[in-house]
Parts: sequence; structure tokens; C-alpha cells
Amino acid sequence: MSTKKIDRRSFLSITALSGGGVAFGLFNRDALAQGPPPAGRGGAPGPGGPGGGRGAAALPKVENYIKIAADGTVTIMAKNPEVGQGVRTMLPMMIADELDVDWKDVKIEQTDVDGAKYAGQIAGGSTATPTNWLPMRQVGAMARMMLVTAAAQTWNVPESGLTTGSGKVYDKANNRSIGYGQLAAKAATLPPPAATDIKLKDAKDYKIIGKPIVNSDIKAIVTGKPLFTIDMEIPGMKYAVYQKGPVFGSKVKTWNEAEIKKMPGVVDAFVVVKNQPDTPFIGPPEAGDLQEGIAIVADHWWAAQSARKKLNVTWDEGPRASHSSVGYSAKAVEINKGKPQSITRNDGDVEAALASAAKTVEANYSYPFISHAPLEPQNCTAVVKDGKCEIWSSSQIPTGALGLIQTNLGIPQADITAHMLRGGGGFGRRLTNDYAIEAAMIAKMSGVPVKLVWAREDDLANDYYRAGGFHFLKGGVDAQGNITAWRNHFVTYGDGTANPPRLTSAANLGATEFPQPFVPNFAIFTSAQPLAIRTGSLRAPGSNALAFVIQSFIDELAHAAGKDPVQMRLDLLAQTKPAPAAPANGRGGGGAGGFNAARMTGVTKMVAQISDWNARQKSLPKGTALGVAFHFSHSGYFAEVAEVKVDANKKIKVNKVWVAADVGSQIVNTSMAINMCQGAIVDGMSAMMGQEITLDKGRVMQTNFNNYPLIRLTQAPPEIDVQFLKSDNNPTGLGEPSMPPILPAVANAIFAASGDRVRTLPLKNSGYSWA
Amino acid sequence: MAYTLTVNGKKSTVDVPADMPLLWVLRDVLKLHGTKYGCGIAQCRACTVHLNGKAVQSCQTLVSAVGTQAVTTIEGLSADGTHALQKAWEQVDVPQCGYCQAGQIMSAAALLASKPKPTDADIDTAMNGNLCRCGTYIRIRQAIHLAATLGNGASKGASGSAAQ
Repeated sequence: MSTKKIDRRSFLSITALSGGGVAFGLFNRDALAQGPPPAGRGGAPGPGGPGGGRGAAALPKVENYIKIAADGTVTIMAKNPEVGQGVRTMLPMMIADELDVDWKDVKIEQTDVDGAKYAGQIAGGSTATPTNWLPMRQVGAMARMMLVTAAAQTWNVPESGLTTGSGKVYDKANNRSIGYGQLAAKAATLPPPAATDIKLKDAKDYKIIGKPIVNSDIKAIVTGKPLFTIDMEIPGMKYAVYQKGPVFGSKVKTWNEAEIKKMPGVVDAFVVVKNQPDTPFIGPPEAGDLQEGIAIVADHWWAAQSARKKLNVTWDEGPRASHSSVGYSAKAVEINKGKPQSITRNDGDVEAALASAAKTVEANYSYPFISHAPLEPQNCTAVVKDGKCEIWSSSQIPTGALGLIQTNLGIPQADITAHMLRGGGGFGRRLTNDYAIEAAMIAKMSGVPVKLVWAREDDLANDYYRAGGFHFLKGGVDAQGNITAWRNHFVTYGDGTANPPRLTSAANLGATEFPQPFVPNFAIFTSAQPLAIRTGSLRAPGSNALAFVIQSFIDELAHAAGKDPVQMRLDLLAQTKPAPAAPANGRGGGGAGGFNAARMTGVTKMVAQISDWNARQKSLPKGTALGVAFHFSHSGYFAEVAEVKVDANKKIKVNKVWVAADVGSQIVNTSMAINMCQGAIVDGMSAMMGQEITLDKGRVMQTNFNNYPLIRLTQAPPEIDVQFLKSDNNPTGLGEPSMPPILPAVANAIFAASGDRVRTLPLKNSGYSWA
Repeated sequence: MAYTLTVNGKKSTVDVPADMPLLWVLRDVLKLHGTKYGCGIAQCRACTVHLNGKAVQSCQTLVSAVGTQAVTTIEGLSADGTHALQKAWEQVDVPQCGYCQAGQIMSAAALLASKPKPTDADIDTAMNGNLCRCGTYIRIRQAIHLAATLGNGASKGASGSAAQ
């Protein structure tokens, strides 16, 4: 894939803000030419969500990342999609520190999508830190070394006597210095150092990495400058809405075309017929696809939306109109009564171990479909002209849009230019590119540039939802309180007629999910039933639901054994020698294996210590209690404690949360790291209390934030203490692994405070509400 | 219909339907994109602006109801991004995705205009309507308290109406 150079004029309204476009590259492309970096791995199946590009095998090219102007201005290219995870700040931090420039002198410019230049341009799987940690520092270090060489040649002195700092090369012996701007032209003619010659800084010498660096878009955000995808404007642009049918896969039978076309401000209205087969419901994460619907194009969005309200459509709703959430629950119970469709894992002899256990616990857990609901609704601006296409989106896998456009519009990927603009939240929703293909189709059919903006109602009704699921569990402990048996019949969604069942996206329970291999007699059975909506990766896919089930059930077993919940977990982690430690850049979690017991033990002890678990438990008033949980996913080890007050009316208040995390040797941006961990706690609580997508007659019943509530300021914990346990492992991501433990930590605290064991989410369905 | 609006101190005449929410007039007609669409039903308050200094949801404010009231958007809160809240938001590094933050700041600005030293309870009342999907609530509260200590050192916005 290659991208064409864009007409910058159409983009100036956005890029001018970031300060980009001012500096000019002085690095010589030819002098630095090397083999292309490997393409991103993107879209790997599995509950961990799509994988990131590895990009470490070949060195990235300096000139793709750094521009140094003659006046010393340093522009660093940010290559990944920014959806609120801070990557547009973090990756340039890695480069800038090794380049040895002051952060205040750095300008950041967002790149376009360009697989020939950049590996792993995705936001998913908490992969940005582990996959970029080495290559981004290498880029900075290579440039610094070339600048030093240029200085040595300029002064005719050995490089060994030269040092760098604050964008200058110093020759201390001769008491002189020279700015990078004066060296850039010469440096650009030099060959880059070989990989084995690149000298990276010692961690103790970092000046930017490991510091609290403020979001690089902060000024635009607080002054309301156009920044987000929805803010995109291009000359001659019209505004579009797109009405899809009430049931997934609906087709238009009849509609009041003439009336709609006459509505005020409407410039065009038409059916977008899908000429490609549906992407299968089953299998790895989808790139997203086009759904048939009615496009209305107007002079402004309100005119399009007003016309949409007058639509009178007869839909062919297809076979999925008979599906309902009530039906799914009933079917799950029925499936559990029969023989499981497949054996995912069967270690030891579970039935014998359950029969001989000192105590057993049997419990059924379930959780609903939930929607990502990023605050910026899906939108995309597209131009289709002269056989070419240009789009502006905040896709988390923007390359996915290229394939969709090629398939549906017949435009070769080489003729598609994809720009990445800041997204107002992602959470996995923007891994798919359905909005992008809609915008491209509407732009093509209307013949004008369009900005398609989904209404909130479109967003909730047309998601790739976090899959619901049902777990029928039985576990046993021996006389010493050790867990000896664990059986889980997991009923999920997919094609249950195959063996093993083929599942919808991110709807599986892996064979190596904790507490495997710590329980000697351990079985997971998996069954599936058909589904009428699509599922996809949502922040910590799989883990976001599984942690609730697994860590709650461990608590139940601890209670049965009469053991302290922290001690129960530490004992469990010590119960057997697990598989070897995770590979340095391993993804882990959700069946990928690589769980390291020592690291989880470390964060569990740490969270007990910072929450003062033993003493605090005893000091809390009646009705207030602590709950603990841990979970491993996306290479991150997180243990969390919640202090929760429960009153007689099931009103709950989470007073405080403690987070202990091991994500390796280095936190890159300490400000964003804490912000994101705190946000993950709030996000998890939000999902757990009130969020649920239900179906009736194949339709999603939730429409907006009035019936799909997000947590509010007064409901969020006033205090969240986040502590990092540094370990001798490569740094890994924390946006996802920080979230899963909070759900069971709160549920376990509710039990400790009230004696009520919540086994079904959301909590509101059991009568709970926020105090 | 033609309506003459005063937005951030500047008069503009727009020809739009009477039932068009101010939000879409600002975004699609006047091209002021700082005010955000999140829900359209006054649930998220990403669209918060000031009418004569009072925080309102522009998605629920019809253009025909604005009249001569002074409209202040995030773009007009200060001339150069130096309102105490804008400085505090930067100092505390509040945002994650940032999409809700203009609305948060506009709600907080109306609060500070009436209560320069708000308590936590005041913040609860004024800010509970503003959703943050990323969950930056702890920093939002912290930044409002910080702004209260920074005082009103801001340059006046174009309309000067932020503190009315």
C-alpha cells in the first residue's frame, strides 16, 4: 500500500494548529534509504484484540519521524491514531528523549496512514508501548548520533569528545556548542548507524521519558480549536446522515424518496445498496463492513437529521428479527442442561476432585452485551473524485478502511489517502471502519465531499458490541482451603454446530485463562448459540467480562474456605509452578498464556500494602468493606482494592480505589499513565452499574444516554491511588489491563459489606444504584 | 429565517430553520467547532455554551430562542486561552480524549462566575450533568479547585461575557 501526497490546502484548517507544516525536512531521503519496516501485524484474532505491528526487525527511517529546521525547530512525527490514550504525546516523547532535545522545543505532527513508512499504525491491544519502545528510541538515538558525527566533521574533532543536550552538540574541551539546526543539513547526508551501533540512553539519564508530560493537544482542546474528526471541514462539503434498518442486515423495500428529497436543505437522498456479501458474524475481528441504508445529504447536519425524522421506510428485516435477549438467556440455560458442545481444556479429573472436595461452590454468572459509546459519535469525511478517494477518520485501524473502500468502490488502495484525526474516545469501537465505508459510498454516489456524522442513536444501535456471556461454574476446595477443582461451562455466541464452535469476535474464553494452570483439576467447556448482532473488541476484550466471573468466583471459594481473599489469591498463585514467564513483548491474557505468578504476587502484595488491607478491613464501619481482585491481560499485571459502602436500599458508594500495577521497567508518561488507570476504574464501574444492550425482535432497545447511562462525576470514586511496581521487563501498555479487576473488586466488596453476591451484570438489574 | 446572533462578541446573521438547535448553527453554519455534539438530548452536556453568562445546552436551545442574548462558546471564553480554567486544565493535564472538555470548562466557568471559591458540593451540583466517557472526573474536580486559586487572571474573551 502506498499513499498519494495530498493536496495540503484541504487539510490546513486542521494541521495549522499542531504547528506542523512549518518546518521542512532536511534529512536526505536517499542517504538514509534502507529496507522498509515490516507491515503491522494488525487484525490478529484472539480476545486480546487486534495485534500491533512489531516493527522492530528493520530499523525505522529517521527522516520519516524527525524534521529539523535550520532555526533548530524540531518536528516529530506521531504515527499512530490518537483516540485519547495519549499516544500522540507518548511516542514523540520516546524519540525526543533519545534525540536529546528539550520537550518545549518539540512540535508534533500527525502522519497520514502510510504502511510503506510506518509499522503498526493502530490503536489497539495496548500495544503502542511495547511495540514502539525500542524503535522510537532508536529513531531518536540514530538522529542524535548523526548530528554528533556532523558536528565532529564540522569541527574536525573526534566524536568521542562530544556530548549532546537541549538540541545542541557540545565540545566541552574547546568550550563551544552548535545547534542541531545548523548541523541538520550535513547530518542528512550521512548514513544512519547500524542497529548494533545505536547507543541508547540509560534509564537514569532520561529527561522526558518517565516525566509527567502534558497532552500535546492541550491548548487546542481547552480553547475549542478544530481538532477532532467531527470538526473536519473542506470546501464544498455537505453533511450526511445514514439510516440503517432496525435489524442488522435489513434491506430497504420501499421509502418516501420524493418527499425526503424535497425537504428543506436536502441536496440528495438515496439508498446505498450493499453489493458485497455480509462479513461473517463469526471469526476474527472484522474490519467493519457496509450495511444497506438510506443516505440523506444536506446543507448542514440538522437539515439531514430533520429529513431523516420524516423517513417512512418499509424494511425487509430478514431472519434476525426473531432474536431477543430473553431468548438468549433461556437458550443458554437450555444448552447448559445438555452436553457441552466442546472441551476447551480438561486437566486432571475435575469430577473426582469435586466429589472429594471438602467444600464445593456452584454458581452461575452472566454479563450483558455492552456498547463502546465513545463520546464523539462515529463520523468520517470523504471525497471521491477522478477515481481517487480521500478520507479523514479517527479509526483505530485506519488501514482497514483502505481494503473496504477498494472492495466496495473499486478504488485501488494506492489511490486512497487516509488521514488520521484525533478521535473523541475509542475503546475499541473505532477498530472497525464501517463509518468510513459509509462516508466513502455516500461521497461517491452524491458526487460531493461529505461529512457523515452518526447520531448518538445510530452509534448505540450499530455497534460491534462487547459480547454477553454465561458461565456455569462449580469449584472445590480441600481441607486446607486450596482450590482443587474448577469447572466452567461457558455459553457464548457463534456457530454451535461446529466442534469446536466457531465464535463471534472477542467472545471466547481461552484455554490458558487464569486460574489455569494453578488448579490441578481444571475444565473449561465451551458452547455457543447464534446471534443477531455483531460483537467486537471493547477495552480489554474478553478480560473485561471474564475477570468479573473468575475473580468473583475465587472470592466465593475463599469465603467457603474461610480464607482471607488476599491470602486466598496469594496461596493460589503459589499452588503450582506455572508456565514460563511471559515473553518480553508478550501479549498475554485471554488465552494467550504467559502468566507470570511472581509478578502477580508482587502487585497483589503491593495493593494489600497500599490499601492497608488487614488493618483497614477491621476498622471500617458496618456496611462498608473492601474487595480485592487481580487480572492479567495485554501483558499487564493489575491488582485492585475497592472500599465500598452499601446501604439498606442497595445504594452504593465506592469511597476509594487502590491500584497496583506491573507493566515493566518504565512508565513513559507518568501523567497520562495515572490518568488512564484512574479512567479505567471509572469506566469499569460505569459498565458494571448501568450498561446493558438488550435485543427485542432483533432490535437494540437502548437509544441514548438516558437509557444507556454513563457514570457521572458524583458517582465516580473521589480518590484512586495508582502505584506502579517496576520490574525488569520491557514496558507494556496499561489502557486495557487496568480496567478488568475493578468490576470484581467492587462486587467482592459488595459481598463483604452486605453478604449479597452479585453474579449478574449490570448491578442495576439486582436493585443497586449509586448513592 | 434570518437570525442575528451575538456570538463571542461578534454579530452574525444566519439563515436557518427556526427549530435548528444553536449547536448546529455554531458548528455547521458559523464553523465554530469547539462546541461538541454528544447525545442531542441534554444528557452529556458536551454542547454547553453560555447565554448571557448562564450555562445552557446548545443542543436544546433553538436558534429562534436565542434573540439578543450574548452567546459565549469555548472559543470566546478568553482571547488567548488564559482563562483560569484553561490554565488549570493544562496544569492538571485533565483530558484523555478531550472531546467533553470544552463542555466541562464552560460548565465550570459558569460555576466560578457565580461561586469563585466553590466547595466540592458546589462542584457536584454544577458538574454532574457533564459526562466524561474517559473518566477524568478526579482531575476535573482538581482543576476547578486549582482555577479558583488562580483567580480571574484571564484576558477577557471577545465578548467579555464569560464572567457576566
